[in-house]
Amino acid sequence: MRNLFAFIRRFSVLLFFLLLEIISMVLLFRYNKFHQAAYMDTAGEITGSVEAQYKKVDGYFHLKKENEELRRKLNEVQNKLAENFSSPDTTQRIITDTVSIDTSGNRRKYLYMDAEVVNNSISQPNNYFTIHRGTKQGVEPGMVVLSANGVAGVVIDVTENFSTVMSMLNKQSRISARLKKTGESGRIEWDGVNPRIVLLRDIPKSVKLAKGDTVITSQYSDFPPGVMIGVIEKVFLEQSTNNYLLHVRPSNDFSRLQNVFVVSNLQRNEQLELENKLKKKK
Amino acid sequence: MSNLLRNIIRLMLFILVQEFVLNKIPPLHQYITPYIYFLFILWLPFNIGRNSLLIVSFITGLCLDFFTKTPGLHAAACVFIGYVRPFLVNLLMSQQGKEFNYREPSVTSLGFSQYVTYAVVLTLFHHAVLFTIQAFQFGNILYLLLKTAGSTVISLLLITVIEIIFIRKQKFLTNT
Repeated sequence: MRNLFAFIRRFSVLLFFLLLEIISMVLLFRYNKFHQAAYMDTAGEITGSVEAQYKKVDGYFHLKKENEELRRKLNEVQNKLAENFSSPDTTQRIITDTVSIDTSGNRRKYLYMDAEVVNNSISQPNNYFTIHRGTKQGVEPGMVVLSANGVAGVVIDVTENFSTVMSMLNKQSRISARLKKTGESGRIEWDGVNPRIVLLRDIPKSVKLAKGDTVITSQYSDFPPGVMIGVIEKVFLEQSTNNYLLHVRPSNDFSRLQNVFVVSNLQRNEQLELENKLKKKK
Repeated sequence: MSNLLRNIIRLMLFILVQEFVLNKIPPLHQYITPYIYFLFILWLPFNIGRNSLLIVSFITGLCLDFFTKTPGLHAAACVFIGYVRPFLVNLLMSQQGKEFNYREPSVTSLGFSQYVTYAVVLTLFHHAVLFTIQAFQFGNILYLLLKTAGSTVISLLLITVIEIIFIRKQKFLTNT
């Protein structure tokens, strides 16, 4: 027993060092696995408020480009308004409906909420960004984030006023994607190397494709279908599988994310419930 | 200014500069991600105990982790250099009891070549540990080595610039 105490006293610094390293590793791997660390709640609020202050200044430097993008988006949306479509028949009128269920039984599936990006990183292998909108403003984990240019990421952690979003530039990010021309679906990943290139896998070699083809979100993803992801930059053949490995240039410039939309899929819970039922039966 | 207050302000400045300046600049190259916040650990006074040095290093790393949303990653690297630092100081200053004459490691207190060795070794260790832990998730040994080397060079360049701009006045402490 005495020897044990002597040992501990002798190597106390080494043991303490190992203890701290183990704590760090546990924190790191637990956070990656569950995306939930209890202590990040308070810390998230504090770092979030510092980041919001920083963004007040930084925001001015990107105003021009941001305005252009929003104007383009506005233009696109305005073209879809009901007033733009006139009917040749005077007995018919087009009425814009604001209720969630319209007369033909269509239900609202996606709800868009705007949010401001207060912190962003693209230089790490696992990138996250923080948005200034949290549980109080209706954000929940699992919601998806789009910018005016296309896909941005998925919400993983929420505090009262801020949310952490896993960027598409994250090695754990998996997004179901589709080729716009032929409709084949694959999966978008990032290898942690170049923030201007993401990888598209699982597209079979039989598909005819070319450099410059558009890649959009598929209907299987949590994202609204048809949102732009990027264009194909380089085409490789994977040796071990029967698939292509495509380098895709994202339409979004992640270094300049400023205003984004959080999209809530209102029918997601219903879909998940149904799918889980099947899993239980097995 | 008391030693404690000086170090608290220093820590805050280093973390803010790291997060809001260095982490914001667009990547120069895929091999280069500069870090300077760990200079805080290099600059801690000589008379700090080894256990408290470890705790301070851990807190430093964790502060940055809260911003980068990677709890434990930078903390692990900082604790490692916090552990190595006393050995290195003893090694570099074994000839005389110089450490009692000055408050903290610097060019004046250690001598030029010793201080360069001190900075290079700790920077290299910090980057090596940091990128190795990151690489547990995606392994490529050549990429890892090049990234460590490239980032170390750029970080050392930044440290040199900081040492030149902010010359720390070192008082010669006498026993009397």
